[in-house]
Amino acid sequence: MRSKVVLRRLVRNKQARFGFIALILLVVLAYVGPFCGAYDWTDKDFMAFMSAPDADHWWGTTAIGQDMYAVTLRGMQKSIVIGLLVALISTGLAAIVGAFAGYFGGWVDRVLMWGVDLLLVLPSFLIIAIVSPRLREGASWLWFVVLLAAFSWMVTSRVVRSMTLSLREREYVLAAVYMGIPRWKIIFRHIVPNLSSLLIIDATLNVSGAIIGEAALSFFGFGIQPPDVSLGTLIAEGSRNATGYPWLFAFPAGLLVALVLSVNLIGDGLRDALDPGSNS
Amino acid sequence: MGKYLLRRLAINVILVAIAASLAYMLAATTMNPRAAYEGRQPPVPEAVIDATLDAYNLNDKTPVLERYATWAKGVVTGDFGKTWNGGSVNSEMGRRIMVSLRLLLIGTILGFALGVALGAFSAVKQYKLSDRLIGVSSFVIMAIPVFVLATLLAIGTYNVNRGLGFTLIEYTGEYNPRLTGWDQFLNRLNHLILPTISLSLGSIAFYSRIQRNMMLDVLNQDFVRTAMAKGLRRRTALVKHALRTALIPSATYFAFAFGTMFTGATFTEKIFSWHGMGAWLVDSINQNDVNSVAAVTFFAAVCILVASFLSDVLVAALDPRVRVN
Amino acid sequence: MSILEVKDLTVTFPGGIEAVRGVSYEVERGEVLGIVGESGSGKSVTSLAVMGLLPKNAAVSGSVKLHGQELLGLREEELVKVRGKAISMIFQDPLSAFTPVYTIGDQIAEAVRVHQKVGKDKAIKRAVELLDLVGIPNPDLRAKAFPHEFSGGMRQRAMIAMAIANDPDLLICDEPTTALDVTIQAQVLEVLKTAQQETGAGIVMITHDLGVIAGMADRVLVMYAGRPVEQAPVDDIYYRPRMPYTMGLLASVPRIDGEEGALVPIEGNPPSPAALPPGCPFAPRCPMKVDMCDEEEPALVPFGGGRHVACIRAHEIEHKGLTGADVFPVPVIPPSEVVNVPRAERATVLELDGMKRHYPLMKGAIMKRRVGTVYAVDGISFDIAEGETLALVGESGCGKTTTLQQIMQLEPPQDGRVVVLGKDSATLDKAARKALRRDLQIVFQDPMAALDPRMPIGDIIAEPLRAHGKKDVAAKVAELLQLVGLAPEHAERYPQQFSGGQRQRIGIARALALEPKLLVLDEPVSALDVSIQAGVINLLEELKNRLGLSYLFVAHDLAVVRHLADRVAVMYLGRIAEIGTVANVYDRPAHPYTQALLSAIPLPDPEMERTRKRILLEGDLPSPANPPSGCRFRTRCPKFARLNEAERQRCVDEEPSVVQQANAVDHGAACHYAEEIEVITASDNQEEE
Repeated sequence: MRSKVVLRRLVRNKQARFGFIALILLVVLAYVGPFCGAYDWTDKDFMAFMSAPDADHWWGTTAIGQDMYAVTLRGMQKSIVIGLLVALISTGLAAIVGAFAGYFGGWVDRVLMWGVDLLLVLPSFLIIAIVSPRLREGASWLWFVVLLAAFSWMVTSRVVRSMTLSLREREYVLAAVYMGIPRWKIIFRHIVPNLSSLLIIDATLNVSGAIIGEAALSFFGFGIQPPDVSLGTLIAEGSRNATGYPWLFAFPAGLLVALVLSVNLIGDGLRDALDPGSNS
Repeated sequence: MGKYLLRRLAINVILVAIAASLAYMLAATTMNPRAAYEGRQPPVPEAVIDATLDAYNLNDKTPVLERYATWAKGVVTGDFGKTWNGGSVNSEMGRRIMVSLRLLLIGTILGFALGVALGAFSAVKQYKLSDRLIGVSSFVIMAIPVFVLATLLAIGTYNVNRGLGFTLIEYTGEYNPRLTGWDQFLNRLNHLILPTISLSLGSIAFYSRIQRNMMLDVLNQDFVRTAMAKGLRRRTALVKHALRTALIPSATYFAFAFGTMFTGATFTEKIFSWHGMGAWLVDSINQNDVNSVAAVTFFAAVCILVASFLSDVLVAALDPRVRVN
Repeated sequence: MSILEVKDLTVTFPGGIEAVRGVSYEVERGEVLGIVGESGSGKSVTSLAVMGLLPKNAAVSGSVKLHGQELLGLREEELVKVRGKAISMIFQDPLSAFTPVYTIGDQIAEAVRVHQKVGKDKAIKRAVELLDLVGIPNPDLRAKAFPHEFSGGMRQRAMIAMAIANDPDLLICDEPTTALDVTIQAQVLEVLKTAQQETGAGIVMITHDLGVIAGMADRVLVMYAGRPVEQAPVDDIYYRPRMPYTMGLLASVPRIDGEEGALVPIEGNPPSPAALPPGCPFAPRCPMKVDMCDEEEPALVPFGGGRHVACIRAHEIEHKGLTGADVFPVPVIPPSEVVNVPRAERATVLELDGMKRHYPLMKGAIMKRRVGTVYAVDGISFDIAEGETLALVGESGCGKTTTLQQIMQLEPPQDGRVVVLGKDSATLDKAARKALRRDLQIVFQDPMAALDPRMPIGDIIAEPLRAHGKKDVAAKVAELLQLVGLAPEHAERYPQQFSGGQRQRIGIARALALEPKLLVLDEPVSALDVSIQAGVINLLEELKNRLGLSYLFVAHDLAVVRHLADRVAVMYLGRIAEIGTVANVYDRPAHPYTQALLSAIPLPDPEMERTRKRILLEGDLPSPANPPSGCRFRTRCPKFARLNEAERQRCVDEEPSVVQQANAVDHGAACHYAEEIEVITASDNQEEE
């Protein structure tokens, strides 16, 4: 019932609709697009270095003759996957830690929140910057995802905790306690589902946050390591020659902005749809 | 009160100590300052390298715990050690903090003030054209990462300057050292234009979203209605009652942002070639500069804790409900 | 000439929701017009429309004339000269009606300065005078306090002070006392009367409380589904109602001086303003409905004697002299069998003995530290026999909710004993506690908050069954739904799809799922409208008799208690002031607090309200963190004021404990100078102050 209402409001929400359409188009472009192009992202065309977009290389080529179209789409795939995975992990972690700390209180709360404080103070940029270039094995990007997620859940978990504190006093939670239902069950049955609007919104914002975060770290060479590419590494490379060879910068940067924008639009539309107080 | 502050201080000191120590250990075990000396032409004898590194407490042949102990002893007495090439970390840090301050102060304050004003305006004009315009632009701006924005600004300026045939707007560095007096001051201001735009655009967009939401929450509340029921004009009621109350959350964000601004401008500093604290973090990692890395981390941790204290104090100052209970 | 003249006022919200559909009334100088209606009847929207304070998306039409000047469509520059000057408004929730970041004094001074050309100092001085006028002690000091530092009653006084700052001609009061306790309500109503005398203003009094209106109003307008359905002088409305809705409303109000037994409920729910039925909007709930009622909505027509009624059968009602009890069927509730057994021979289901619950008092948001102890419950004792309802009554802050939580937690109390069904809560282990929970269940106050909004009600009711490993859950859920008067096929719907009264029934079904022996009812009807409330009270009564339940009933509404309870315990500041059978406590209250409490309750009876003398209490409830020494009530006690020095000393030094009254079987009071008097029915032989 409620989900139906939310869905209806979401569909009626113009922002969210634009966001969804844009995101679907971008995902299709990232995953289907490579089959349409003539070049694979690993191909190098030794006849064309730094050539401008033309009929052969739609989006031009790089300094080592890679086809920009193929490389950019490959980078976008990576960015999308990283964004989704990081959001999933960090929102999940935030929900569990926040809900347990808030519901149990006492020493559980103190220990968990102290851990959150510590992680907030720890130099996340530094740790990722030092660790990730040293992960050069096959699945290094997965470790990168874990690192990124590990440093992006703390603020949300504080919000979850404070909302749990108020939910804990709600009468339906008290009712469950007075029925003799175990506390961990109450957390998963009554607390977390009632935080779902916050969590869904947080997850979408985490997607765009992670995409930007990956790009930012890669911009300095601390993120995805060559030969793998992501939008961040491409933008970093492109920005160095952006004045002379704008296509190296424009395509990855434009797609990054479009990706983040569409996800943010969905997030904001969801917020409107889930918030019963909003009158749109 | 005193007891509480002491406890909070103690916890914070521990947090800073852990953060800085962890950064030091991580940097000291993974970074290789020796590399900077080894590849030189003509080759430097190993004994000389060792002696130099020993002098800077950077020698990887010394056990890491021993190096840590030396470093920690220094930090406790206020000495952060030497940079990779023998400079004093303390004086480097002092210089860079001032650079960051000059760069960021205007942008941070401007971003907050404009953002709040736009957000409040937008809320009052909800669903009107101006609200939608502000909303769409802030959305687009928030979707543009600062490094893309800064690069775009740099490209644009480069093209404008080239088109004009002279340098209208500077886009690298802090000032032209050849100028003096009034000219230098103007030149400094000119150098500030682009980084300030790139810094503040994002925060304007951010604060305008927050302020709009807060303002909308407050607009429907009874006390705004009461203010109008007393006979205040809508605009007066909105500014004096609604905005004043809705300002509390954004002001606390601002207090936090103000505290952490020194470390937040890595991209702007790097792209516009200002040698501030943010750029130092990246530079020191790339230069295998262990002591500088630890010092930046230390500084950043202190900033975060001061910032969170600052925002707590500001809430209490702005909100009598918090002040009394 | 009348001050305010409202004609054919209609308010439509986007989506074609007609919140107000043609309201007309007039208010004379010095007159009080009461507007009565249940939630959603459009009474508040009407007054906001008069003030021009509705959101911009509301379409307002009709006419609102103040001293002959049309207010609708007036430009803001003109309107601000009227608002706060000629018309002032008092809102329901005084906490949210003040801006939290400015002091009370500043906000009143602002109201003064908007309309009068005076300096800041002078305006503040005027604010202090106004606060003094509405009876706020130390006004010069309190003016510097922030809204959250005021108690609810004090805030509402300050709100009145602000409203009369510019000597208005008309005061609109929107549920001014709904958020307050009865004794505070009595004080505030008194202040309102003073304010009216002071300014000579006309008052529009909007409320759902028929008792308050009876005591305040000269004329009454009854609203239903956005329209006035009856308008008449106050006595006619109460003694000669001619619209079935008014009749039902009056019949469904539980009365503190009323008979025990079933209340008269109005079946069904008010229609949603988005989907009004054709014809008379009350027809679907009206027992007098005939086919013609569905054809056309009856207009509010003059009926003689200044009365207006919107009902096609009004003349018939007049002619036959029908009353609410004639028109609305009075449900028959089967009597309980347990009552035949003398109380002493019945089993005791709950026993509290000297139970205490103290909390640390923390201060500071940034710098949290303990600054004292809240003596929330400080040694209370009572017991409940099988098949009995004990009501725990008292105003907010008296400790009744804490008591209830302590019982429900089944943990050892800090001091004293809690014995549930013969088992001491201090001796329970985990398994025994869970087992005992089957026999002890609770129904909460807020029917929205008590049901998880993300669960279908079938799952909500099944939750306790599954938690205790019961079989055949689906059949049991269907049976429970039927038991509380809902259809089994409702099981798949979500709580949001039900009205307040239905949700409360779901809450009751869930509490009954495990077939408990003792049910704790935490203000189960206080969030419901009167016409719905009666049905729920009847249901509780019926279930108790049929299933042999015992109730611990926590409430602040003494009228409801009188209907449902067998025995009553009155709490004040964490202690029991008086305890005994309902008849003893209500008819012959012995504790000065009980007397004040009972006398503060407004009766839905204008005649009695006019002749009644109230025992008004001074000031607010003291903080439970710092209760007075000796007798806790002495600081506000009207009796204490009349004692001599030696007698007073005893109240200061010695805390009274509950002592059985000599001439009664089950009646105890905690007062050194307890003295039974009558406060409800006979106002003449009441003590003169």
